This record gives sequence, structure tokens and C-alpha cells, in this order.
Amino acid sequence: MTSAPRIGVFVCRCGINIAAYVDVPAVVEYAKTLPGVTYAEENMYTCSSDGLNKIKEAIKKYGLERIVVASCTPRTHEPLFQATCEESGVNKYLFEMANIRDQCSWVHQKEPEKATEKAKDLIRMAVAKAALLESGDEPEIDVTPSTLVIGGGVSGMRAALSIADQGFNVTIVEKESTLGGKLRGFDSLFPHKQKASEVLMPLITRVSTHPRIRVLTKSTVKSVYGFLGNFDIGVETRQGVEVLKVGTIIVAVGADILKPKGLYLYGEDPRVVTQSELEQLLHKGEVDAKIVVMIQCAGSRNEEHPYCSRICCNEAVKNAINITEKESDVYILYRDLQTYGIHYSRLEQEAKRKGVKFLKYQAERPPLVTSEPDGLKVSLYSPTVNEAVELRPDMLVLSTPLVPVADAKELSQLLKVPLDSNGFFMEAHVKLRPIDFATDGIFICGTAHSPKDIGESVAQALGVASRASIPMAKKRVRTAAIMSQVDQTRCSGCGTCLDVCPYNALKKNDKGLAETIAAVCKGCGVCGATCPEKAITMHHFTDAQIEAQGLAALEED
Amino acid sequence: MKPVLVIGGGIAGIQASLDLADRGTKVHLIEKTPSIGGVMAQLDKTFPTMDCSICILAPKMIECYRHPNITIHSESEVVNLEGAVGDFRVKILEHPRSVDAKKCTGCGLCSEKCPVKRPSSFQAGLGQRKAIYLAFPQAVPLIATIDRDACLWFTKGLCRTCEKVCPSKAVDYEQKENLIELNVSSVITATGFEQYNPKDIGEYGYGRYKNVLTALEFERLVCASGPTGGVLSRPSDGKVSHNTAFIQCVGSRTQTVGYSYCSAFCCMYATKEAVLIKEHEPSSHVTIFYMDLKTFGKGFQGFVDRAQSHWGVQYIRGRPGEIREDPVTKNLTILYENTEIGKVERIEVDMVILCTAAVPHRENKELAQVLGVELDEYGFFEVGDPVSSPVETGKPGVYVCGSCHGPRDIPESVAEASATAAKASENIVLSEVGQ
Repeated sequence: MTSAPRIGVFVCRCGINIAAYVDVPAVVEYAKTLPGVTYAEENMYTCSSDGLNKIKEAIKKYGLERIVVASCTPRTHEPLFQATCEESGVNKYLFEMANIRDQCSWVHQKEPEKATEKAKDLIRMAVAKAALLESGDEPEIDVTPSTLVIGGGVSGMRAALSIADQGFNVTIVEKESTLGGKLRGFDSLFPHKQKASEVLMPLITRVSTHPRIRVLTKSTVKSVYGFLGNFDIGVETRQGVEVLKVGTIIVAVGADILKPKGLYLYGEDPRVVTQSELEQLLHKGEVDAKIVVMIQCAGSRNEEHPYCSRICCNEAVKNAINITEKESDVYILYRDLQTYGIHYSRLEQEAKRKGVKFLKYQAERPPLVTSEPDGLKVSLYSPTVNEAVELRPDMLVLSTPLVPVADAKELSQLLKVPLDSNGFFMEAHVKLRPIDFATDGIFICGTAHSPKDIGESVAQALGVASRASIPMAKKRVRTAAIMSQVDQTRCSGCGTCLDVCPYNALKKNDKGLAETIAAVCKGCGVCGATCPEKAITMHHFTDAQIEAQGLAALEED
Repeated sequence: MKPVLVIGGGIAGIQASLDLADRGTKVHLIEKTPSIGGVMAQLDKTFPTMDCSICILAPKMIECYRHPNITIHSESEVVNLEGAVGDFRVKILEHPRSVDAKKCTGCGLCSEKCPVKRPSSFQAGLGQRKAIYLAFPQAVPLIATIDRDACLWFTKGLCRTCEKVCPSKAVDYEQKENLIELNVSSVITATGFEQYNPKDIGEYGYGRYKNVLTALEFERLVCASGPTGGVLSRPSDGKVSHNTAFIQCVGSRTQTVGYSYCSAFCCMYATKEAVLIKEHEPSSHVTIFYMDLKTFGKGFQGFVDRAQSHWGVQYIRGRPGEIREDPVTKNLTILYENTEIGKVERIEVDMVILCTAAVPHRENKELAQVLGVELDEYGFFEVGDPVSSPVETGKPGVYVCGSCHGPRDIPESVAEASATAAKASENIVLSEVGQ
């Protein structure tokens, strides 16, 4: 029998985040008494470069073979500590973390003694598991140097062009018969007043003629198999089903514009149109109304669509300026004017200079629109003028929100990526990974992510063009060694694991027994928990490791 | 393959550097201050997830530091740029830290023993640092630096305590500035923004009334690693504030003193800070005075709704006209017109937080001249066309991301940073094809 591994424990004070409630020196002394622990110390911030150097020094000086850091959460800091271990020759899977901040000091601020005891418990558990950790080899896989872009609007096209210009092949799958998406419905664009077609047509030409871009119109994605680097995509095209082999996937399916049936007489009175229908009329030069009223938040910031759709105020102001320039009066009835940032603030000021009238209304007292014999009537109470206002417009324009596309849910299920509560695609982390999905190799840009203007969509499109190109430029990537393994002597071939695996990471081999496809496995553990023969082991979360951790939790000091 | 130059080590510059480095491109990251991290390193939490800001940022800072493809030049600035896309020649001036970067271990002993105190810019002036100091505990690189304008040796020829106590003999008073020349293919500008100084708005009394703070000062006050350890004690008497008001659009959306544009992210950080107060002290009263509630981003409206319904944060529409201080209690009375009901009202509070405009960095003008690119009328970097080329300046090969071209929040800055990395990568492929 080999001797027990030498364990090092590093307890982080996290400034005062941990140290103000947990008696860190006492915890360090306690850690030293645990079986297998050869070294323990405290750090002001274990994650600082100073703290990381101390781990490296201790590994060298005391010959440490397993490292336990007791600090914050593995969610943000595990990769950092693992990399530090690797740099000192300790395999990253020989590292274990105890969360004594988020799950201890922060939640027990009013009972420091109990917090200290709990920190000891958590470290005792981590040490017990660490003693049984095994090193893992991460499978390395080749990355197919091509990308699938789902959606041929401005976001999808710009992402495709950049990726192609970075030297990789791209296939755009567009469900409509032409490229262009929602930009086709626009008249002029802010702030340089160029026609949308002047932006769109050269873009479509560049995409259609680029040697590295292939466009499949009237096509939809029907199946998705595989993983980062090696996706197999079933696409239903006009010619039949085709299988694409790609390394990365970009979701750029855009959003739809809400048609507010029944709201403010929309669909009942032809003089009531949506902001996007107004764009079309402006484009054709068919707006001759003398008085135009626009109502903001028509169908948004309410129970059904509780979010603000970001672009509607600015689109309304832009169109209002265009109409005002034709000597017509425009009133914008708004709740909170979303003219944010430099460019839209300028737009708001231009509108005010040119005489567009802004009247605030209150959410709980929305405008009342009626059809009178002599025309439309809009009545409201406006706090802007502190009185009841009555307007008699020739045209009523409703600023309706962008809503998720009808097949968003279906696509999210195919790709196994989540939607948010409003039905838009949900990114990996709202702050720091805004255009990645949590699933490796799949990315999100444009209004499929949330309402945004064209420039913001283009920025995200170029952003995903960088993110998706990284693994393709590297050519080979490693995947985590946290995966399942099927004991062929115990497997009965019942196939239960194949049914429950959410990633299609198991297959039956020629003996009819289950086998894990290492690169696809995400290590979620569902197969292991389900297997009736207990034939499946989860690496890094073995039964023995979890059992040792659990028994340690129940131990008395 | 030539490297790429990234100017500015905030979250935008960090993300641009990491994207490029991860795909195998060498990056030189230029940071003016002693540490990368930018404003995000100073924030307590980030909305709407209430993640601890430095906790999610620090791993990325360290990743930059450890990445074999990234060279960080801290306390450095770009002084000259020549050439064109694919082949820029750039001069970097590295200012002396007076500390040998190779020897310093960041132990902090020098700082402990240094007798000279100065306001800490990391603590937004609320706390103090020494003349020799580490920018903050998670600083990258973690190397001490001497403020020569404060140091007794440099000002009076006295002391030299730090030299005596440094266990690794890293202090080097003779260190000279260093000019380096690099050949790069693209330049990414990510120099961020500054906070408007509200002392010019006399009616709010900032600088005169001790209990009127800026939002950035509040971030440090409420932060566990801040000067009060996260206790919301107001500056005048150390008493915990139980009644706090936030004023939006201070120095922004105004045609008089300040800037005419909307700073885009203040409504949301004010809401976040209000929620932080409630988390610390649920019985505390919090009011936010606003003009238009800017809830345009993903998850913003839901966050505001929750601040109101769950946490009981009160929103009042109206821009306060004046703040008066009680000379005895130092409490503050805010005079305002509630524009929802058209009534002039007043409330007394313990502390007022001014949500000040995000304004162009004062050094933009000089940098724009060096780079040969345009600024807008306010002093932000200007892009050619915000619709079609949202991260490209008028000069091919020079890109912008983050708040250096107008206020934008963290996720927008991060996405744009990746966008500049894509443009820089296109240039590299183009020049390879050309060869």
C-alpha cells in the first residue's frame, strides 16, 4: 500500500470577508491536526499573486501532493487555483476547495463561533475527499475549423464575415428565402440618416460572394449532435436534409416585433400602426398625417412583457424627427425616455430643438384611445403638464417591444442552451460572459440575446466572431476530465444511462454495453445516479470520495 | 506574427487581451496606474446578480498576469505611434516605480513602515495609503510603487525606511523611466472613463457637506474591503446612515453645469447601491431621485421592480434643486419638485449619494493626438459609424472598446472588447495573406 498523500491546506481571510466572522488562525491550527495534512497556513487573499506564490512555494518546500484551498467559491476561483497547482507539478484534479465564505462566513455573520465551527467542518470534509482524489487526464480533441451561424440578419452576416475574414469557413442557415432579417423593414438609420438598404445591400453582396461563406436560405436546423470542435448539424434545406460538420455554433436568430392586437385600437382602426409599420410607410413616402401621436411601452413593461425593449424610444424619436421635418406635429407619450448614452442623448436634444413634443404618462394611467366620428382621440393625464390632455391625431403609432422568435424554445432545446424568463437566449454570465453560452463552443449575439440597436448587435456579432474563432485558431482543445466511466464487467446493457444523458455522451459498443464518449461528457452525473447495476463511476466525484466527505461531516471533533 | 497593443487595463482591455492571447496572439497591455483592474476593481457588487465585483474580476486579472502571451506594462503610457495597420511602431514610456519588479514580492512590509499618508485613489479618497504602497490587495502586478511626490526621500532627502525594511532589497530610488519601442499590427484603445467631480454644482454642497458622497465613494464605503469594513457609517460623525437618498443625473442631462448626455448606467448602479443598503440594514430608508428611469438593458426592469416591491426602495421623479445641511446634526434636507404630482417637497436624510456623470478621461486629448484619431465634442473617442463600425475609429487598425467612447456597462464593454479582438485578428490574417 502506498503511503497517504501529503495534503496542504490554505485558508483565506478574504480581507475581512471571512476573517471578521471566522477565527482563521484557529481554523488553520485545526487543519494541521487533520489526517494527512502536512502543512496549513492562512493568507490575506489566497487568490492574489502573492497568495498563489505561497501555494507554489509550499508545494515545493513540503512536497505537497494534494491541495485544499478554503476560501470563496469554485465557480469563480477553482480554475485559478488549479492552474497554480499545475504550474507546480500537481495535477489539477488533485485540488479541492472548501467554500467557507459564500456558504459560511457570509451567511453566519451574526454567529461567529458557529461560523468557525462550520469552517472547520467544511475543511475536514474537503481534506477527507482530497486524500482520495486521483489525477485526471484531459482528452484533447481536434477542432473542425468551420462555424455554423444560425440566422442571416445583420448580426449573423457580420459574425460570418468576420469569422471568414479570420480564415475559417462559415455556413449561414437562414429560414427565410433572403438574407437581411429585420433590417429589411427599416427606412433610415440613426445617426447618419443613411438608408437601411445602403447598409444592407453591400453587406448581402459581400456575404454572398465571400469564398469562405456558404448561405443556405429557406433552411432550418433540425438536429444537433456533438460538442465543441465536432458538432454534427442536421439542416433541412430546399434540397433535403444535409449534415454539416462544424467546430463552433453562433445563434443569431434575432427577435420578432410584437403585433399589439386589440391594444389602442390596433387592428381595428387603420390609422393605428406599429413603429415598424411606420418605418415602411416612411420608406414608401406615404406618411401625410399632420398630427402624429406615438405611444411608448405599447405592450412592454407590463405583466406579459415585463422588460423594457431598449430600442423603441430611440426609434420613435428618430421617426418623429423625420416626420417633424415634414412640418407635421409629433407627440411622443412615454413613461421613461430611454435615450441613453452619447448618441441617443444627441438625438433627444435634436428632437426637442425641432419641436417634437414629449408628454409623460403614468403606467397606472395609460392613454385612452377612442375612435370618434371625426377621427381618433387620445386622452391622457400627463404629469409633464400636470393636467388632462386631449389629442386628435391623424395617425397613432404604437412602439411595441421586440419579442423572442417563435421557434426560440425549439432551438434552445436542440442546442441544449437556456432561455431567460422573457424567452430570450441566456448567456453564460450576465457581466463577464455576455456572448458565450455556458455550453462550450456555442455563442449568442444580436437581438436573440435581448433587444438592442444595430450598432450594439454588430458589436456583439464581431464579439462572437472572436469568441468562436479562439478554439478554431488553437486547432486543438482540452475538455474536462470530470466524466463518467462504465465498468464493462458490471454493465448489463440496459440502456437507461443512454436515455437519461442530456448530452448524448453515452453510446452502446459492439458488445451492446454502454460506453462514455469522453469528449462529450460534461460530468453531470445523471447516468451514475441512475445506473441500476452501479456500473458507472464519476471521475472526481467517486462514491468513495463522496462517502469519505459525508462521513467526515458527521464526525465529532 | 506581430503583437497587438491594448491601451488600458480595465475590464475592456483585460477581455480584449485575453481573447487575443487565448488564440495565440502576443499582446502588450499598457496600464497607466500601478495595477490593472480599472473601475470594476473598485466596485462592491455588480447588478443584477450581486456578484462581488473584485471576486469575478480578480481571476481575469491574474489570468492576464500569468498568460504567456500577455506582457503587462503598468505605470506606462503610449507616447508615440507611427506607421499603419499591420505595421505600427509604438513608443511606450514606463515610469519608474522606484521598486525592482523582479525582486518585490508584494509582502507590504515597506508600506506598513512608511510614515507618510496620502488619500488612496483606490478607496476613492475615503481611505489612506502610504507613500510606498500596493494599489490594493489583489493588484496585478502585485508590486509596490513609490509616490515620489509624497515620499520623504524624494521630497526632503529623508527617511529611506522602506529600503531598510524590504526583505528582498527591491527598493530602488535611482530607477529611471524606460522608453521601449514595439512593432504591433493593431491598436486597441480601452482607456475607460472618469467620474464627474460634482463640486461645481454648488447647490448640492459636495466638498462642503461631509455627508454628501459620490456613488464611487459609496461603493468603497459599502465594500467589506473598504475603509469602514462595509459599515455604512457617514463621514461627519461615524453614525450609521438609516436614511439615504440618491440623486441621479448629477452633471449629466443638463445644459448648465456639466454634460448634456445621459450616462447610461447610473440608474442601475443607484438601484444596486440602494439594494445593498437594504441588504445591510433592511429597516433603512432609501430614496432615489430620478428624471427618467433607464431600464433599457437585459434584466434591468426586473431588477428595478424587485428593488421596489421586495426591498421597498422608493423612487421619486424629480431633480432636487438644493441640499441644505443642518449645522448641528449634519443631517441633510433635500428640496425637490415631485414631477409626478407637480408638488414642491422636502425630506431630511442622513446621507446623500450623488450619481455623477461618467465623463471622458482627461488624458484622452493627448492620447488621441498620439494615436491620430478623433474625439467627439465631449472628449470621448469617436467611431466612424456607430451603426456599421461600432468599434472602429477613423484610422484603420485603431479600435475602441468600453467607456472610452461613451458610457457603457460591463457586459457591453466586454462584448465590444471581443469585437476589437476580432478586428485585430482579421488584420493579422490579412497581413499573412499579403506576405
